[in-house]
Amino acid sequence: MAAMGLLAPNGRATGEVRFAGANLLTARESELNAIRGNTLAMVFQDPMTSLTPHMKVGRQLTEVLQRHRGLGKAAARDQAIAMLRRVQIPEPERRFVMYPHELSGGLRQRVMIAMALLCGPRLIIADEPTTALDVTVQAQILDLIRLARDETGTSIILITHDLGVVAGLADRVAVMYAGRIVETGEVRRIFKTPQHPYTQGLLACTPRLDDAATAALRTIPGQPPNLQRLPPGCAYHPRCPYVMDRCRTNRPALLPAAVGGMKACFLDDLHLKAAS
Amino acid sequence: MWSYFLRRVAIGIPTLWVIITVCFFLMRLTPGGPFDFDAPVPAEILANLRAQYHLDDPLWRQYLDYLWNLLRGDFGPSFKYRDFTVTTLIAQGFPVSLQNGLSALVLAIVVGVPLGIVAALAQNTRRDYIVSAAAMTGIVIPNFIMGHMLILIFGVWAKDSIFHLPAGGWENGALTHRILPVLCLALPYIAYLVRITRGSMIEAMRANYVRTARAKGLPFRLVVLRHALKSALMPVVTFLGPATAFLLTGSMVVETIFQIPGIGRYFVQGALNRDYTLVMGVTIISAALVIAMNLVVDMLYGLLDPKVRYDGR
Amino acid sequence: MMAVNLSSPHGAALEAAGEVAGRSLWQDAWRRLRANRAAVVSLIILAIIAVASIVGPYLLPWTYDEIDWDHIEALPPDFALGHYFGTDSLGRDLLARTLFGGRISLTVGILATFVALFIGVAVGAIAGFVGGKVDQVLMRFVDLMYSVPLTFFVIILMVLFGRNFILMFLAIGAVEWLTMARIVRGQTLALRGKEFIEAARASGGSTTAIILRHIVPNVLGVVMVYVTLTIPQVILLESFLSFLGLGVQEPMTSWGMLINDGAAELEINPRTLIIPAVFMTVTLFCFNFLGDGLRDALDPKDR
Repeated sequence: MAAMGLLAPNGRATGEVRFAGANLLTARESELNAIRGNTLAMVFQDPMTSLTPHMKVGRQLTEVLQRHRGLGKAAARDQAIAMLRRVQIPEPERRFVMYPHELSGGLRQRVMIAMALLCGPRLIIADEPTTALDVTVQAQILDLIRLARDETGTSIILITHDLGVVAGLADRVAVMYAGRIVETGEVRRIFKTPQHPYTQGLLACTPRLDDAATAALRTIPGQPPNLQRLPPGCAYHPRCPYVMDRCRTNRPALLPAAVGGMKACFLDDLHLKAAS
Repeated sequence: MWSYFLRRVAIGIPTLWVIITVCFFLMRLTPGGPFDFDAPVPAEILANLRAQYHLDDPLWRQYLDYLWNLLRGDFGPSFKYRDFTVTTLIAQGFPVSLQNGLSALVLAIVVGVPLGIVAALAQNTRRDYIVSAAAMTGIVIPNFIMGHMLILIFGVWAKDSIFHLPAGGWENGALTHRILPVLCLALPYIAYLVRITRGSMIEAMRANYVRTARAKGLPFRLVVLRHALKSALMPVVTFLGPATAFLLTGSMVVETIFQIPGIGRYFVQGALNRDYTLVMGVTIISAALVIAMNLVVDMLYGLLDPKVRYDGR
Repeated sequence: MMAVNLSSPHGAALEAAGEVAGRSLWQDAWRRLRANRAAVVSLIILAIIAVASIVGPYLLPWTYDEIDWDHIEALPPDFALGHYFGTDSLGRDLLARTLFGGRISLTVGILATFVALFIGVAVGAIAGFVGGKVDQVLMRFVDLMYSVPLTFFVIILMVLFGRNFILMFLAIGAVEWLTMARIVRGQTLALRGKEFIEAARASGGSTTAIILRHIVPNVLGVVMVYVTLTIPQVILLESFLSFLGLGVQEPMTSWGMLINDGAAELEINPRTLIIPAVFMTVTLFCFNFLGDGLRDALDPKDR
């Protein structure tokens, strides 16, 4: 959200977001508008409410092309329908003149993806694109995202809680807790040797097919912190099983880890391995 | 859509009939009447009067006669303005009230909706506070106070300046005679519309699809006009139904204050004079108008919201 | 809105516990209300106007219907004679009349609102709780009433039955209950599925008892907000009637009547219009601010 300049009025972002030579956090609205939907596109979490209800789907697609590509009506229409076909929407001409409420959730998310792909963006930010969908539809949408990446070579930042999605789609992973990155690394490494206690906790919570059917779902004890009043020091310390004194006062920096990638934790790697 | 329309009309007619019936029997069954003169009147004259207005017929007969005459557009004779039928009075007064009401409504929409949008887009800034406070003032100050204030300012204090406007009278609808009444009628609506539009616009701007529209890189103006505005206007459309009823009651006050020969004033005069046929006539016309407006609003709703289909419900 | 639901969990058995929760909840709302400066100021002004209307007439040197025969003309404020706001064209003390009018206006406002409250809560709670046919019939009726210009009916009633004080607030109350019924019904529907209602039903409570002991206390918060917003509407309607000459009768008076009287001598003597108008407008303002404040206090989620 911060990257897109779409934070809620009470939201606040620090640091900088560099994209194609511009800092998006400080860019002016007009500069952002030239980037958004063009070279940087976004797919939102909830396709049910993310399309304008009183506009036909087609119009919502063509306005992007008219805006960023300067296309005429007819050309925009042709391109938009071609894009709908590419995201595997059956009968795209018919869907083109429909209103969002006439489409299923899966189809709407496909429309959202088509909308993101229209201008051939260099980066797509996908914010939990499958959370609001049925499991089978989820799989189709993920396939589609993968296909789009392979075909167009666009980069994708995928934001998700679903570790299965991460394992299936991602190359590099950044684990975030309370708005900060706590660990980054190549996807296999993260799953095999998680370095941050939070990553470990997350992975431990994933139900496995070979678990006994009666086993209770594991959870991380404690509650997510109140983002308005983060605890001092490491935000994870109230829930961390390895908490040390200095975790309560100092925030660990994100530093290279011995096994590769980066982590923000005072524990040394060996200790963690033994513990896991 | 047509079947929905017809069905709604089919519901509206019995509603109107219930209103007519209740009114009729309320009027006839209560003691006292238009011929309760202050001075005693010879019994013969009274009997003649009653006969002339068919008040000596059996009640059911009077009722059926009244309904039958209504169907032919005849509201009966006025009890007080002896030389006029209620139909004539309404035919004279209705266009006047309608013109004023429509002007006020248009004025209210043209001023109120944009102001509401401005306030919403500047939410919690000084501009928003000023507009919202003004709207609250407009809602709180009743139009009979507002009307007199307008007269005091433009009719009395500004007597010798170019801002002077006539404090009353109609003069067959001369423009200067219309300004104050229409303004007085419109001010509360402007205030209501500001509040309604502001609220719904704030909500619309928070919607996910507005965020999508912004993520598409559309300029702010287009985001507002194309994506947010239409759903923000829904409550405004809904308000038009009750607004009609408000305008009708508003016209009673405004027409009384500014001495305008519209149906609102006739109603008040009729009520004070116990001119039952006139009161009933105006009530029926007003009820029909409100019912019709509610229907129009529902149809308009369908135009704005593609989700509404008329086959359900 | 939802928070109010906590006030009576798990039926009769836990009523004591429920009351504790309820009290702290109201305390919570009260604390939030006190933080709202506009609402607090409104409350204070309303209290002052109310007390002045009740006590004031007894403390003034003139009563509302007493004519100062030496000054049968609109006298400007004269402290020596005890006419602090001057007199009206009949030589009656304007302050005394304004305060007395306030008493009538406020009384009508409050009584009529309670009539509306009673009918509205009863209809809404029954429709929402019993549901089914009863609900349908009641709500159809409410819909029907909504499509009727009810002000006309109040006027017709006033014309037919004479300008009677009691009738006036009954008639106004009978017109203003519709929205209340809708709100209460919505709340009741939401409550009906809650566990403590199930529990009360399971432990054999009759419908009436459940409605009275569990539904009504839980919709009270929302209802209070609405009451605060209805009172000014009723005051407005009453003054509208009085203004048209259909309200209370001379020598009794209300703000609407005073405004009407004052309007008659607008050109010579705007003071007789402006003073009651200011009293009434300030009161309406305060009720509206207080209502908004209450809504925020009871339902902080709303904004």
